[in-house]
Amino acid sequence: MGAFALLFVLVLYWRTQTAARWGPFDVQSLAIDALPLCFAACGQAIVILSGGIDLSVGSMMSLVNVVSARALLHLSFRDALLVSLLIVAGAALVGAFTGLLIVVTRVADIIVTLAMLFVLGGAALAVLEVPGGGAPIRYQNLVTLDTLATKWAPSAIGVLLGAYVVLWVPVRRTRVGLSLYAIGSSRSAAYLAGVNVPRSRIVAYAYSGAFAALGGLALTAASGLGDPNSGTIYTLNSVAAVVLGGVSLLGGVGGLIGPIAAAFVLTLVKTLMILKGVDQNWAQVIQGALIVLVVMIGGLAVRQKGKGS
Amino acid sequence: MKVQRLAEDNPAAVLTVVFILLFVATDIVNRAQGDGAFLTLKQISTTFLYAAVLGLMSAGQTLVMLTGGVDLSVATTATAGAFTVSRFGTHGSGTAIVLALAVGLAIGLVNGIGIGVFRVNALIMTLGISTITLGYLTVAAQKQFTALVPNFVVTLGSERFLTYIPYDLLVWAPVAAVIILGLRYAGLGRAIYAVGDNPVASRLGGIRVWQVLLVVYALCGALSAVAGILLVGFNNAADLGIGSPFLLPSVAAVVIGGTSIFGGLGGYAGTILGALILTVLDSLLTILNASQAVRQMIYGTIVLALAAIYARATAGAE
Repeated sequence: MGAFALLFVLVLYWRTQTAARWGPFDVQSLAIDALPLCFAACGQAIVILSGGIDLSVGSMMSLVNVVSARALLHLSFRDALLVSLLIVAGAALVGAFTGLLIVVTRVADIIVTLAMLFVLGGAALAVLEVPGGGAPIRYQNLVTLDTLATKWAPSAIGVLLGAYVVLWVPVRRTRVGLSLYAIGSSRSAAYLAGVNVPRSRIVAYAYSGAFAALGGLALTAASGLGDPNSGTIYTLNSVAAVVLGGVSLLGGVGGLIGPIAAAFVLTLVKTLMILKGVDQNWAQVIQGALIVLVVMIGGLAVRQKGKGS
Repeated sequence: MKVQRLAEDNPAAVLTVVFILLFVATDIVNRAQGDGAFLTLKQISTTFLYAAVLGLMSAGQTLVMLTGGVDLSVATTATAGAFTVSRFGTHGSGTAIVLALAVGLAIGLVNGIGIGVFRVNALIMTLGISTITLGYLTVAAQKQFTALVPNFVVTLGSERFLTYIPYDLLVWAPVAAVIILGLRYAGLGRAIYAVGDNPVASRLGGIRVWQVLLVVYALCGALSAVAGILLVGFNNAADLGIGSPFLLPSVAAVVIGGTSIFGGLGGYAGTILGALILTVLDSLLTILNASQAVRQMIYGTIVLALAAIYARATAGAE
């Protein structure tokens, strides 16, 4: 759990760097910033666990962001929540469709999801060409202002935990959850053991769609705006968070907690650099270098291990 | 059945037919809109002029994908090449071009070291390097400098001689010949196929896999830089987004051309046809006055459809 150690060290460093007294407000703004990436990383992690990769995550988030910003604008809080549920379900269906395409056409995951990146990105542009729309204030507060119990527990964390507990915890130890790990570690062994491989792959992409939708809704709530390009950066960053979070790109190894911690690390690195007055583009360079270095060291470790045995 | 056999044996023939059909379709649409014929020597020449950038960028991509990898940094490497040319244009076109090539080669080498020596997943490595490059270019672009695209580069990227032959073909055609022949006859070419087919067997067979990967990614970087040089000549100015529209097409051209994403199967001839098909498709969408949104969706769908047809055909052949 290197990501946790890194997060701990970074938070300690962060505390010494803030101008005003470091407090609940800082925790809350970090949680808001990190929420969309956390969701994107969860979806990506499930697909990578099952031995695939989803490059359409970013476009899916943009699409949900613009759809929700248009649909929720004039709704009451309750209706907005209901419509959000519908949107998440719809996104899961679109994800399942991507999975179905991969299974039926037998084209590599990366090509199909790369094509979907374009299709969904185009759809997002068709829904809303320039930034606009919005969401009810109470809906936005759900992510930005509200806190649970103490002011140290921002509700954004609650939303994240809620999604994790409802969507993943009940499934992980069941046949469906285990089959995701099984097809990730060895597709042929899973097939011989009686796992329905095509169905499990479709389930993985459905999960990715649902989590990306939650990420898109988080973008809407956090910014109060729909923007057809808002999700673009999340494709790479979700893969980075998953790798930093200890999930093997070969599939079958890892969980969701690591990638969530890594999503916080990546967000905090950006926050720290902005705090230090580093140009935002340099921040991008440093973040990219960090990702590459971590993966390189990881690759070296695997290599050493391979030599030892 | 007979047609299917023919198609499996000659994928290039099928692609040529697709290319011609697409051209004719564009011609019909253009006539229907009252804008005259599209099937003219002039338009064919224009298609080749436009396709050269994509053709060169997907040349590197073909080499990389033959080894079973993928390079998602080709677009930003081309942008870096374009920037270098306009930044050092005042020093003469020779210096500018050499520097741009060096930048491309350097980016490719870093990719190659990560992927070949440290065994980083190609997707992550090249995406990471792409992020770093773009971030650095954004910082560099904010500084004041005199930008000038040398006349020589402009001529190379946008003009034609003998009325119909684009100058950029003088770059593309030799590169294409070297790659096609090299893949077939040179030791490195055979090694590229071997590594893509089975890296473990290649290593046991005495191929230094890491060296092959290093050279392939370095070449891909250099070829992307060449594409960037032609691109900046065509646009006559460099901006940060100059290369990015070519990223998906560079992968798509290779896939359409019949090179397997798992490596070891395919070649550059198919990719050339893939690049030409995508360029005509682009003209067709422009003529149809499609919005960016529709364009993007159609593009994605077609790539997917063609890739699916290929997957079917190769599965049937086994």
